[in-house]
Amino acid sequence: MAKFRLPPNSKIVAGKTYKAPPGAKDVRTFKIYRFDPESGENPRIDTYEVDMATCGPMVLDALIKIKNEIDSTLTFRRSCREGICGSCAMNIDGVNTLACTKALEDIKGDVKIYPLPHMPVIKDLVPDLTNFYAQYAAVKPWLQTRTPAPPDRERLQSKEDQEKIDRPAACILCACCSTSCPSYWWNGDRYLGPAALLAAYRWIIDSRDEATGERLDALEDPFRLYRCHTIMNCTEACPKDLNPARAIAEIKRMIAERRH
Amino acid sequence: MQSQTPSARPLSPHLQVYRWRYTMALSILHRATGLVLSLGLVLLVAWLLGIANGAASYDCVMAAFTHPLMRIVFVGYSFAFFYHLANGIRHLVWDTGRGLERKSARASARVVVVAAVVCTILFWIVVCVRYSGSVA
Repeated sequence: MAKFRLPPNSKIVAGKTYKAPPGAKDVRTFKIYRFDPESGENPRIDTYEVDMATCGPMVLDALIKIKNEIDSTLTFRRSCREGICGSCAMNIDGVNTLACTKALEDIKGDVKIYPLPHMPVIKDLVPDLTNFYAQYAAVKPWLQTRTPAPPDRERLQSKEDQEKIDRPAACILCACCSTSCPSYWWNGDRYLGPAALLAAYRWIIDSRDEATGERLDALEDPFRLYRCHTIMNCTEACPKDLNPARAIAEIKRMIAERRH
Repeated sequence: MQSQTPSARPLSPHLQVYRWRYTMALSILHRATGLVLSLGLVLLVAWLLGIANGAASYDCVMAAFTHPLMRIVFVGYSFAFFYHLANGIRHLVWDTGRGLERKSARASARVVVVAAVVCTILFWIVVCVRYSGSVA
């Protein structure tokens, strides 16, 4: 049953404020979710005033500046800073996206930053993605074949067949889509979520894969697949412009059509 | 590696912080109108009971149904019907794999809301013109 309110240990309390350095003219306010697992205290919102004259253009630039210059305890994941690793996925200005590709100038007013929604928080902006990765593994995201491979070359595929998997294979597993989905919020333990289902779709439509039937069998379940109610938050959130909602609709259609 | 006390981990905020976009709004409205349509069937049953029990009971039911507050309920009910119908058609189109791009989903969202409002208004204009002076 869906619980719409946060449990007592997750209620957010007021935090500290870090004032801008004197003389700073172009100041921007960042309100950032903080949770320290060692303090035993509830999560809080800390306020940082950042001098934008010496800050880069992206949200990640501001986070790194805060960590380097204002508060070194601020914790977040980041790596590639160019939208290909998926590490810095978080809820920025109310929407899940990557901090490295989200421009500060596209945000009005104070910049509010939270961890990915409805996830256990390890520390600050770092959510526990164990369940998310387990769901990805559950769709067996690898090539399954029965026929022996050609002895002298790879399993070839036409250009058209390759193009079908081009887009879904570009998923970086940042979890922006799954954690934007209300259905995943309420049933994340049993519903696979848009990211895992997009991965499943990528292998279902792969012309070289020979386990299509088994893959569809594994998804034909009231929860694993059919908790998708086409809310479309996933497709709206995807920072790579992919379309998990359409992939899920296609899987549902394939399951419906194979009955005839 | 699992933490020893994973239950101590707080749950990150969700509904509390996620921007209220058209996607969620239309989806929850579809559910809400579906619920309203089901509950409203009680009124239909009341009306049928009124008919079945003769003229006196029918007059009694109609007295209640023509109360000004009940008219607001009926307008709301008709909106729920037209919204649920229009958005249901949108879902049927989606089930064929069409219209799921961001752009087309946003466009169809607008069409559904406008269609529901326009149909509700037209419906009541027709009702008022055809039955003006009578009880309905």
